[in-house]
Amino acid sequence: MNRTPRMAALGLAAALALAGCSSSGGKKATESSAAPGGKANTPSMTVALVTHSGPGDTFWDLVRKGAQAAAAKDNIKLEYSADPDGTKQASLVQAAVDKKVDGIATTLAKPDAMKGAVGNAVKAKIPVVGLNSGSDVYKNFGMIGFFGQPEKVAGQAVGDKLKSAGAKKPICIIHEQGNVGLEDRCNGVKEKVPATQIVYVNGNDLPSVQSTVTAKLQQDKAIDWIVGLNADITLNAVKAKKAAGSSAKVGTFDTNADLVKAIQGGDVEFAVDQQPWLQGYLAVDSIWLYTTNGDTVGGGMPTLTGPAFVDKSNVDAVAKFAAAGTR
Amino acid sequence: MTTATADEGDGRVAARPAYARLLSFPAIGALIGAIAVFVLFMAVAPPFRAIDNSGTILYQASTIGMMAVPVALLMIGGEFDLSAGVAVTTAALAASMIAWQWSLNVWVGVLLSLVLALGIGWFNGWLLQRTKLPSFLVTLGTFFILQGCNLAVTKLVAGGVTSPRITDIDGYDSAAAVFASDISIGGLHLEITLLFWLVLTVVAAVALTRLRIGNWILASGGDEASARAVGVPAARTKTGLFMFVGFCAWLLGMHTLFNFDAVQTNMGIGNEFIYIIAAVVGGCLLTGGYGSVAGASLGALIYGMTNLGITYAGWNPDWLKTFLGVMLVGATLINTFVRRQAAKR
Repeated sequence: MNRTPRMAALGLAAALALAGCSSSGGKKATESSAAPGGKANTPSMTVALVTHSGPGDTFWDLVRKGAQAAAAKDNIKLEYSADPDGTKQASLVQAAVDKKVDGIATTLAKPDAMKGAVGNAVKAKIPVVGLNSGSDVYKNFGMIGFFGQPEKVAGQAVGDKLKSAGAKKPICIIHEQGNVGLEDRCNGVKEKVPATQIVYVNGNDLPSVQSTVTAKLQQDKAIDWIVGLNADITLNAVKAKKAAGSSAKVGTFDTNADLVKAIQGGDVEFAVDQQPWLQGYLAVDSIWLYTTNGDTVGGGMPTLTGPAFVDKSNVDAVAKFAAAGTR
Repeated sequence: MTTATADEGDGRVAARPAYARLLSFPAIGALIGAIAVFVLFMAVAPPFRAIDNSGTILYQASTIGMMAVPVALLMIGGEFDLSAGVAVTTAALAASMIAWQWSLNVWVGVLLSLVLALGIGWFNGWLLQRTKLPSFLVTLGTFFILQGCNLAVTKLVAGGVTSPRITDIDGYDSAAAVFASDISIGGLHLEITLLFWLVLTVVAAVALTRLRIGNWILASGGDEASARAVGVPAARTKTGLFMFVGFCAWLLGMHTLFNFDAVQTNMGIGNEFIYIIAAVVGGCLLTGGYGSVAGASLGALIYGMTNLGITYAGWNPDWLKTFLGVMLVGATLINTFVRRQAAKR
């Protein structure tokens, strides 16, 4: 008779009995990140939100939550799909067109790949809005609005902030090679502070990120600022800075609850907040406004959700929303 | 009629010169490659020479080496595990979410995560034996299953794509001390992963070269049918190897969790290839039946030295992946050349 399963079960029971329950921490009974609000009495409609997100990205999780909040308010059935590959993302948009959805919100990180599918949606008289990326091309594609932050502008804003802080030699950490938006951010910083160096890391491997950033700080002691391009990478860079014994200051693009705490604790000087939750919310809500009342938002111009800075002066106001998972 | 004495004319028992014996070790190519990479960066990268910075290189190498060791053993046994990278993340997510969801002591999450990691390894081995499919396909399936579960379960439990923070749960501090402690000797900063890596390397190397299980691994990888015919429990051996990969994935997952406090669900994707690269650079054949655990660890060291050496040298980061590829191909070519030279002698 095979005793392995029985032994495993015994071991499991022993482990549970030994360790027992925790007297502190853990999940709180009332934790929720849902946005408040009533529900519209307009007819039900279906909206497809198609992004270039990879699986399991904190930033895109916030975009989706915002879209879901708007959908819940507007009596919309939201269909979310995503693929970081441009041609595959275009196929997802085409699938939404084929399903005859009532509206499409999509990102244009790879505009050339997306052009055909978005054009087909416009031809099919489906209102399409852009969000997050593509502020410079969305009008050419026949989209009715755009919600996001021009990445280069955001980069330049960070560059200005570094310049006024007296930065001499910043590094900008790119965690996904070949991502146009990330390159734009760093290029924007570099335009304002030409001494900025770009450091590439493998964003899927935290120990590797820490080692690479630590090595860079050890290699060049003159580095006085570290700019991360998302919250998780930046929090990792804070560890790297400590490991390298560097006195460099840290700034970042994008926020999450832990990053907000890091600003409060003084480990991070500032974050550029492009308000991803708001991008998702406005994109879906604008389709509802257009369909139910013929409204367009932005007057033919992109509606900017950023760049806005979160720093010591205003972080406490943001903190409670970050804790709820909407900032 | 004259008869030649064994030591005169019988090539089968002739003594081989010391250098030829040395060249026959699977890890020797990796050792030469590691020395070459080390010398190169010592020459071109001043920070590489600073002893204080060695800890950074060793940390990078150790987190790869901890997985390269079991992956190498598995490859010597004739199989692949493409789920090794995401399994690390699965283990970390499981430990944190179990403890957080039910407000349990962190150690309960850690131990249940170990059971899960071993279970994943067992499942890979069992499925391989039942289906007779190549491990490449079986573990590719597991890779996708785990990647999907990492995302879906985390969103279900934590309401987001990052594991919940468990720093305020009982047992956290002791678990962090076990899995994520470090020590500073002078200016040299060493993480506990270095100890894990060395212990795993020694244990696996002894098992492969000194114990009966080592013969079973080599036999299973060389010719499974013949191995079975002479009584080698090939199925159990391979399942055990998959479970060892699971154990090491758990160990690295625990370090990642307690060192960084939170883990994102998209972590680990693509790392399985780095582990395989380290094993191949270290002298393991893709066809199985040949290789070295010490070589795989040297492969991890080569990867760590190259990756950070490029940064220390201040080379243009746009070319980082190119430099890395050239270095790794170079190390592999040295390895192959050495093995061929050994075969000639």
